Amino acid sequence: MSVALPASRAEQARVRRGSGDRVFRLLVAFCAGFVLLSLGAVAALMLTGGLPALRNFGFAFLYRSVWDPVRQDFGAFVPIYGTLVTSLIAMLIAVPISFGIALFLSEVAPSWLRAPVAAAIELLAGIPSIIYGMWGLFVFVPFMADWVEPWIDDNLGAIPFLGALFRGPPLGIGMLTAGIILGVMVIPFISSVMRDVFALVPPTLRESAFGLGATRWEVVRGVVLPYTRTAVVGGIFLGLGRALGETMAVTFVLGNAHEFAISLLKPGNSIAAAIANEFTEADSDMYRSSLVALGFVLFVVTFIVLALAKLMLIRLARREGT
Amino acid sequence: MPESMPLALAEAGPRGAAAKMSIRALDFYYGDNRALKNVSLDLPDRQVTGMIGPSGCGKSTLLRVLNRMYDLYPGQRATGEVLLDGENIIGPGLDLNLLRSRVGMVFQKPTPFPMTVYENIAFGVRLHERLSRTAMDERVEWSLTRAAIWDEVKDRLRSSAIGLSGGQQQRLCIARSIAVRPDVILLDEPTSALDPISTLKVEELIDELKQDFTIAIVTHNMQQAARCADQVAFFYLGEVVEVGSAEQIFTAPRERLTQEYITGRFG
Repeated sequence: MSVALPASRAEQARVRRGSGDRVFRLLVAFCAGFVLLSLGAVAALMLTGGLPALRNFGFAFLYRSVWDPVRQDFGAFVPIYGTLVTSLIAMLIAVPISFGIALFLSEVAPSWLRAPVAAAIELLAGIPSIIYGMWGLFVFVPFMADWVEPWIDDNLGAIPFLGALFRGPPLGIGMLTAGIILGVMVIPFISSVMRDVFALVPPTLRESAFGLGATRWEVVRGVVLPYTRTAVVGGIFLGLGRALGETMAVTFVLGNAHEFAISLLKPGNSIAAAIANEFTEADSDMYRSSLVALGFVLFVVTFIVLALAKLMLIRLARREGT
Repeated sequence: MPESMPLALAEAGPRGAAAKMSIRALDFYYGDNRALKNVSLDLPDRQVTGMIGPSGCGKSTLLRVLNRMYDLYPGQRATGEVLLDGENIIGPGLDLNLLRSRVGMVFQKPTPFPMTVYENIAFGVRLHERLSRTAMDERVEWSLTRAAIWDEVKDRLRSSAIGLSGGQQQRLCIARSIAVRPDVILLDEPTSALDPISTLKVEELIDELKQDFTIAIVTHNMQQAARCADQVAFFYLGEVVEVGSAEQIFTAPRERLTQEYITGRFG
């Protein structure tokens, strides 16, 4: 009885690689490439769709505040401004509150309280944005109109220079209201990222700082934050990315006005809201193309924001000497 | 204070030094689990007290009582007395941050903070003192020199402490502790994660540091206890079985349990 001799090493290796490994590599490479492919496809499609408008209005598309479907004259300044301002308001509200929530849950709360509060916050993230929009319009807008905005107009409107931001009729609808609702919407995302990474700080590192006589706040500022900095910034920009692109809730409470107003109490517009509102009405090629160009601008703005975040992290890391 | 001490404890300090810390009838509980039972022990001033015993015998728990680290965790409590310069630190109303600046701690694994070498030292100092730039520079150099690591890091004070080797990180952590100028330093198995050469350096350092500081070291390494400690306490199941000079414990233990442990029959 003869036994087949084993093939040479090289032959074995060739046979083995030929079977599974190459397929596996192709498969995972495809999965990774899929992301780049869809990203590129979306960007390319929006660019070509928006090209007629961009070519017609030129660079002025970005800074002209006219939006006149009748005369076919379009400029994107008001929606761009509205998007940035509402997102900024949202982050001003969401970042400190999320930070507080995460610190409470990871450093202060008794252990029996942590799980329920964390679960409640995750639930907040699960609420569909249309619900936020309806709640905003029917509950929050009247509240703002009756209570908050008259006070703001009376008390903050008189401040020199900055006062212009706070003067206006208490309509309830407007950029401030939209920004606050956006803030509430992104809190769960930012706070759950922060809470998760705070929990990853090794207990001995924490204890080392306590062991030097640090208070809770000093431990957080000196050790927990530096240790988790990258992830915290990542979480903040995750929230910012959502705020920039949020559509439904903003559309309900922003007012969808194309007149530029410096006051936060006045109705404004955002890129996402403008697209959602007007796509069905876009009856001409130039109108449609202008809306697609708006989408492209949002794409670029989001991209720039994320790139800035990366740059900031790199500079921070260099300064800390890592 | 020494007059009132039980005879066996009074003998414990080989050079008859006064006690910096005195532990009296200390019980400690993790929830319902009693981890320390009626522990009494003195830490003589400016001497090294080694704590030995099998895993889970309560040595590390005792260290965590001495700087009240257990306070961070709910359900852990201590009863009895722990006197630091005659003041009971177990009682309520104590300034914990001040206590921890007087009783420093170094852990089993090096725990450098995620910042530069310089900032690692300055962080602790800034919590308690306002120093000018030059005074801070001097303090950083002083503590790094005392921790025998200055020559190795003086050219990289502004780079991250994470890049140091394990042994360097551990000496940095010791430097960080002494920079606050504590009275007592607690070392919880400080060399168990280090290579032999780094271990040797840390042991030499301990010998050096006891001129200025009272030191308590938990170790699983009997040779280390014999090399470093003036006084040795043997723990078993949450109790102090025997306290004596290092020489006496390792050459002529009074208790059968101690003898069995140091000859490697259990643990």
